[in-house]
Amino acid sequence: MVYTDLLNDAVPVGTVAAQSEAVKRRRSARRVPSRQFLGLAGILGFLLVWELVPRVGLVEPRFLPPASEVIGALARDFGLTAFWVAVGETMLAWLLGLVIAIVLATVLGFIIGSSSFLRKLTNSTVEFLRPIPSVALIPLAVLLFGVKIESTLMLVVYASFWQVFIQVLYGVADVDNVAMNTARSYGLGPVARVRYVVFPTALPYLMTGVRLAASVALILAITAELVIGSPGLGREIALAQSGGAISGMYALVLATGLIGVAINLVMRWIERKTLSWHSSVRSEVIV
Amino acid sequence: MKILKGFGYALALPVILVVIWWAATLGETNFFVPTPGVLAEKFGETWFGERIVSDVLPSIARLFGGVVAAIIIGIVGGLLIGSFKWLRDLTEPVLEFFRAIPPPVLVPVLMLLMGITDGMKVVVIISGCVWPVLLNTIEGVRAIDPVLSDSAHTYGIGGWARIKYLVLPSAGPQIMAGVRQCLSIGLILMVISEMFASSSGLGFTIVQFQRSFAIPEMWSGIVVLGLIGVAMSFIFQFTERKILRWYHGLREVENAV
Repeated sequence: MVYTDLLNDAVPVGTVAAQSEAVKRRRSARRVPSRQFLGLAGILGFLLVWELVPRVGLVEPRFLPPASEVIGALARDFGLTAFWVAVGETMLAWLLGLVIAIVLATVLGFIIGSSSFLRKLTNSTVEFLRPIPSVALIPLAVLLFGVKIESTLMLVVYASFWQVFIQVLYGVADVDNVAMNTARSYGLGPVARVRYVVFPTALPYLMTGVRLAASVALILAITAELVIGSPGLGREIALAQSGGAISGMYALVLATGLIGVAINLVMRWIERKTLSWHSSVRSEVIV
Repeated sequence: MKILKGFGYALALPVILVVIWWAATLGETNFFVPTPGVLAEKFGETWFGERIVSDVLPSIARLFGGVVAAIIIGIVGGLLIGSFKWLRDLTEPVLEFFRAIPPPVLVPVLMLLMGITDGMKVVVIISGCVWPVLLNTIEGVRAIDPVLSDSAHTYGIGGWARIKYLVLPSAGPQIMAGVRQCLSIGLILMVISEMFASSSGLGFTIVQFQRSFAIPEMWSGIVVLGLIGVAMSFIFQFTERKILRWYHGLREVENAV
C-alpha cells in the first residue's frame, strides 16, 4: 500500500527503502492535495508526534512536556503583561541594533566601496574582523555595560553590521560602467551620481543584507539576554529553566520561533515592496 | 612589484591600527584596554601551555564533530525532502519554523533533555547548524534545470548516479552557501554552550577570566576566538574553490560576456 502509492509518483526505486520510514510517519497526508493543506498537515503531524512522545513515555514529561501543555502555557503568557514587556525589550534591542548597524554599514559601505584605494586598504582588516564571532564580545560587553540593554546592542550591532556592510560593498562594486560614464558625460555631480546610479544598483544587495541582518540580529539579541542576562525574552528563558518552569520555558522558545517567522515574513515583504521596480529576479543565496 | 604592493595594502591598515592602539595606551593605564605588548605576552602565556590541550582542542573537536554531522544530516535530509514535492510541501512550514528559532535558545532546552555533557554540546551545534544546510539543499534540489533532469531520465540515469552527476553538482552552489552560514552559527553555538554550562572549553575559560577581572587574558581569549573564526573562513573558502571550481569558472565566463 505504501509502496504502490510511491511508485505511482514515479519515484526512483533505490530511495524507496530509505523513504519508507518517513512515509509511514506522514501517511495521513496523501495524493496531491493543495500546498497549504499539506503544510498544515505537516504542522499538525509534528504537534501530534510532540504530544505523543512524552505521553507514551519515550521522553520524560518532566523534561519535554506534551505540546498541548506548552501551547497552553504560551496562551497564558499572551495574557501576561510581563511577557509582552519582555517581548518589547527584545524587539527594542533588535530594532535599535539593526537600525544602527544598517546606517553605519550603508554609510561606510558607500564611502569605502566607491574608492578602489580604500577598498584595497581595508580589505585585509575587513576579512579579519568579519569572521570573529560576535559572541566573543560577550565578556567585553558585560565588563563595559553590565546587564543592560547596551550590552545586547553591542552584540547585535557588531553581528548585523558585517552582513549589511559586505553586501553594500558588493553592490557598489557592481555599478555598470556604461551607466556611470553616461551619468558623468551628462554632467551629474558626485551626489547625483550616488543618488541615481550607485544607489539603485546597490539597493537589491542592501536589501539582501538587511534581511540577513534582521535574522542575525534576533539571534544575537536573544543570545545576549540568555547568556548575559540583559532584560528580554532570552533572560526569561534562562530564568524559567533554572526555576524549573519547564512548560513555560518551552512556551518562550516557541514564542521566539514565532517572532523569528514574523521577522522573516515582514522582511521579505519589505524587500518585495522596495524592489518592486527591479526587473531581474535575483538569486539571493550566492553572495 | 605587484605582489609587494598587495602586501603593502594588506598590511598598511592593520599596522596603522596597532600603532594607534599602542600610542593610545602608552601614557595611561586603562583597566579595560591592555597595551599591545601586554596582550601579546599574556596571549603566549595563556594559550601556549596546557590550556591548548585542556580547553582549545576539545572545543575545536566538538565544533568540528557538530558541524560535520550537521552538514551530512542536512545534505542527506535535503536530498530526500527536495526530491519529492509532497514531502517538501508537508515539511516546509515546520522546517521554516525551526529555522526561525534562534539556535542559542536550544542550549537550555537540550541541557534539560540531555544534561551537561559533551554530547549535549555537539547536539546543540548540530541542531543549530543543520537548518541552513538542509533548507538550502532542498532549495537547490528543487531548482534543478528541468531539461537536465529530463535528459538524465531519458538516458536511464537513476539512483545513485543521478544524485552524483546531476543533483549534487546542480545543488552544489546553494549547498555551499548553506555550509557557510552553518560554520558561523556553529562557532557561535560552541562558545555559547560552553559559556552557559561547562567547566572546560574556550567559552568557559573566557567567561572565567572576565569574572575574575583578568582583563588581558580575557582579551587574549577573544583573539583566539577571532583566529579560529578567520581560520575557518579561510578553510571554507579554499574548499569551496576546490569543490565548486567548475561553477566559479562558469560564472567568470558568463560575467565576461
